[in-house]
Amino acid sequence: MRPLTPVPPGRKAALGLAFFVLFVIAWGIATFGGFVSRTFLADPLTMAREGYALFAQHGFARDVAITIWRVLGGFVLAAALAVPLGIAMGAYKPVEAFFEPFVSFARYLPASAFIPLLILWAGIGEMQKLLVIFIGSFFQIVLMVAVQVGATRRDLVEAAYTLGATSRSVVRRVLLPSAAPAIAETLRLVLGWAWTYVIVAELIGASSGIGHMITDSQALLNTGQIIFGIIVIGVIGLVSDFLFKWANQRLFPWSLS
Amino acid sequence: MSKLVIDGVSRTFPGVGGGKPTEALQPVSLTVADNDFITVLGPSGCGKSTLLRIVAGLDAPTSGRVLLDGAPVTGPGADRGMVFQSYTLFPWLTVQENIRFGLRERGLDAAAQADVAARYIAKVGLEGFEHHHPKMLSGGMQQRTAIARALANDPKILLLDEPFGALDHQTRGLMQELLLSIWEVERKTVLFVTHDIEEAVFMANRVVVMTARPGRIKADVPVPLPHPRHYTLKTTPAFSALKARLTEDIRGEALKVAALPG
Repeated sequence: MRPLTPVPPGRKAALGLAFFVLFVIAWGIATFGGFVSRTFLADPLTMAREGYALFAQHGFARDVAITIWRVLGGFVLAAALAVPLGIAMGAYKPVEAFFEPFVSFARYLPASAFIPLLILWAGIGEMQKLLVIFIGSFFQIVLMVAVQVGATRRDLVEAAYTLGATSRSVVRRVLLPSAAPAIAETLRLVLGWAWTYVIVAELIGASSGIGHMITDSQALLNTGQIIFGIIVIGVIGLVSDFLFKWANQRLFPWSLS
Repeated sequence: MSKLVIDGVSRTFPGVGGGKPTEALQPVSLTVADNDFITVLGPSGCGKSTLLRIVAGLDAPTSGRVLLDGAPVTGPGADRGMVFQSYTLFPWLTVQENIRFGLRERGLDAAAQADVAARYIAKVGLEGFEHHHPKMLSGGMQQRTAIARALANDPKILLLDEPFGALDHQTRGLMQELLLSIWEVERKTVLFVTHDIEEAVFMANRVVVMTARPGRIKADVPVPLPHPRHYTLKTTPAFSALKARLTEDIRGEALKVAALPG
């Protein structure tokens, strides 16, 4: 192997798949071989059976739909407010000086630690779940978007000015399109984090959703269902990531090297 | 009549981290006539780009003032088109959209924008590349687009900051001829900054030589060579004589920059 030499696409896919296969085989050996007690870890077949039962008998599809709705709801709400604020901060330095210290502080506040407070304020309904995701996503998006907009190439801004651009059109016609691919990439990243917040929110004080199913299964020591729930989250995350990447490539072909 | 008046313009940059301030430009005065083509020749770091940026309004002079058609320059504007050494096409726009950038800013309707863009795309020989993005173009093609973008705005003066500095020698020669042939038709007032002696002589009606930092004007040399100019001009005795004279002028300055014994 030579460093940094690319792999042909077919081989790349095969290698990626091979690890999943090895992983399941190792899991099978550990459980079917009796090395790990079934109480602690279900084997792959039991997990698949439990997964089928979840969808067929326990209406798990509804839980999945509710969790997706919560993630998207909280995430879209956060993005809709955070992206414009981040752009304003990146473009106008006084705005940045005003908000940046607080936002930098707020982004280190762990969203999950707000759950008890949010339950107190918003109850255990949907609003509380959305707020957890909102808090977890909003400040991160604001800061990253502000940095990306602020990192616009100065010579492009200067070129725009010598072409007669006003301050407003520099923001609209240079800063925005220049930062757009990086902003889209930020949203992709933060959406991934939003998935971890929603499950935490559902582990505490929820009556539906994937996280709620996981806590229920814990009470019944049904490790097959727990693992299945975790895998479902992983698969949804992978699919949304893939869709985001695909959309970014379609929207910003000029930014690809 | 004088189009551009640079009147006692100097620039001192404040010291970084408590250091001494840097005097980039000592007071410089220069008058550019309408339709003239002037090159500013100097070693690197002599403040010639700073001077150009002040004319463009992208930097403010520490003292002095710049007048364009008698009106003082206070900031950047569409009346002074600029071509930079770095590639500054907007990467998210196509060649045609880049050239239309300033026209759209002026509020021209789409049909008029397309019309003007097509004319300048033809002038710089980029037909067939209208819908290419900058990353698909060579360096020379990008700078041709940048020249078309600046000219399409119909500025009163065209400022060029070592526009061909990043190009290979052959491409650079072709670009010089292209720009000169456009100028011979349009007779736009041009201020062209370069460190290349041959380029300075070939392009200009007048070469302004600057000293090493802090920059000031060392010599103002007219270039009485006839137009239209062809690349073969570069091998004529008259051209060589001018080049020899400027080489002497600039060599002393380059030695100062390199801190070598003369």
